[in-house]
Amino acid sequence: MTSRAMNAEDICKLAIGILSDIAPETDPSTLGGDEDIREALDIDSMDFLNFVTALNKQTGIPIPEEDYPRLFTLGGVADYLSGK
Amino acid sequence: MSDFTMPSLGADMESGTVAEWLVKPGAQVHKGDVIAVVETHKGAIEVEIFDEGVIEELLVEEGEEVPVGTVLARLAKAGEAAAPVAPVVEEARREPEPEPELRPEPQPTRAPAPSPEPVRTTAPGDRAKVSPAARRRAAERGIDSGTLHGTGIDGSVTLADVEAAPPAPQHQEAPPKATKVRRGFDPVQMRKGIAAAMSRSKREIPHYYLATTIDMSPAQAWLREYNAARDPDERLLPAVLYLRAAALALKEVPQLNGFWEKDAFAPSAAIHIGWAISLRGGGLIAPAIRDVDKLSIADLMHALKDVVARARSGGLRSSEMTDATFTITSLGERSAESVGGIIYPPQVAILGLGSVVERPWVADGAVVPRPLVQASLAADHRASDGHVGGLFLSTFARLMQEPPKP
Repeated sequence: MTSRAMNAEDICKLAIGILSDIAPETDPSTLGGDEDIREALDIDSMDFLNFVTALNKQTGIPIPEEDYPRLFTLGGVADYLSGK
Repeated sequence: MSDFTMPSLGADMESGTVAEWLVKPGAQVHKGDVIAVVETHKGAIEVEIFDEGVIEELLVEEGEEVPVGTVLARLAKAGEAAAPVAPVVEEARREPEPEPELRPEPQPTRAPAPSPEPVRTTAPGDRAKVSPAARRRAAERGIDSGTLHGTGIDGSVTLADVEAAPPAPQHQEAPPKATKVRRGFDPVQMRKGIAAAMSRSKREIPHYYLATTIDMSPAQAWLREYNAARDPDERLLPAVLYLRAAALALKEVPQLNGFWEKDAFAPSAAIHIGWAISLRGGGLIAPAIRDVDKLSIADLMHALKDVVARARSGGLRSSEMTDATFTITSLGERSAESVGGIIYPPQVAILGLGSVVERPWVADGAVVPRPLVQASLAADHRASDGHVGGLFLSTFARLMQEPPKP
């Protein structure tokens, strides 16, 4: 999964899987595309760093810190990782 | 011959359940070995032994709940012959310690790490880390999650790894136990524990409070530069700068690092900082990060990540529950601007950090917007006076302006 050719659906699935591991008490599959993941799942800065780390490891796509705000929603994650 | 007893893992613990024995009679154990998993209201804690010898007998069965101080196992020291001890069991049970010790006597010589010779290959320390979701799913599927190859953060076993694993063989009786051992904490019990510890703190400790405002822009600039050159798994959070500055400030102001014991302040030479972690299911836990003043900034981040992950998945060790000499509570993002902490007895101080917010600040005679954090100190007035607390806070503030050299 190192190509940028992943589609939005694959990326959301990947992100939801990672979030389920980080916040197992929550159900990330109910997240809306525009919902702030951090607020909806009570994700703190450590959780968010783990989220970015896992996205980076599993897609191979570099994610500089200044781009973090683009990953605050599932829709944003899908756009960012699909290269939009 | 010595006894291995149900430890007190904090001021608020009265009893614990032996969830799993990790040794059998006849096993050779060393200082620092994890020999049992104990369920407490704070979740499953891996309990270490601080003696050396051969396990002679296990006196409490898995699943049994006993008061703090109850003898759980007997240990024969090297060279001792095994003696018959069975009749002592009942007697030991009838004599729990009348009042659980706050905390074991300070043991500065404790081995910080498990002995290089593991008790047996399946000791928890050797098993792969497993995310709670993965663990639950593994239990459902009857798979031992500890044996899987992890592809997650820090090599931990993820939900996907469990789904991908081949099904467990039939006629296996182990799985139900995995669920029992690895279940999370009990929020109701944890609430009771917090209530007991905090009530005691407010009843017994005359707190005094001080606060100061710190400009975070030098720290943030330093972090930005450090993190820009690194992959996400090596990046730092502001938390490590708080931990570092607090540890170095405690070196300069040691009057706040230690315990109130027997009507006197007992300073601690080591600086082990309890880091308050809020749990998503409700509740709070503040395991110790050991020797914060001696860790490099990268090692400190690693230690913080590790302890937060284990606090949330139930893999903390008994020493981490009792070793903290000082505590930090940091509210993190999207929270309040300041916090007045409550000291965790028998410690004598707690540092509170609010959310970082952009506010007007005067620098070089001009009002400029700056990211600011409110740092507050609650300290035990029996152990120190406001002057000492003020010294600590101003030292902390100064150290936050001098970020570490990478």
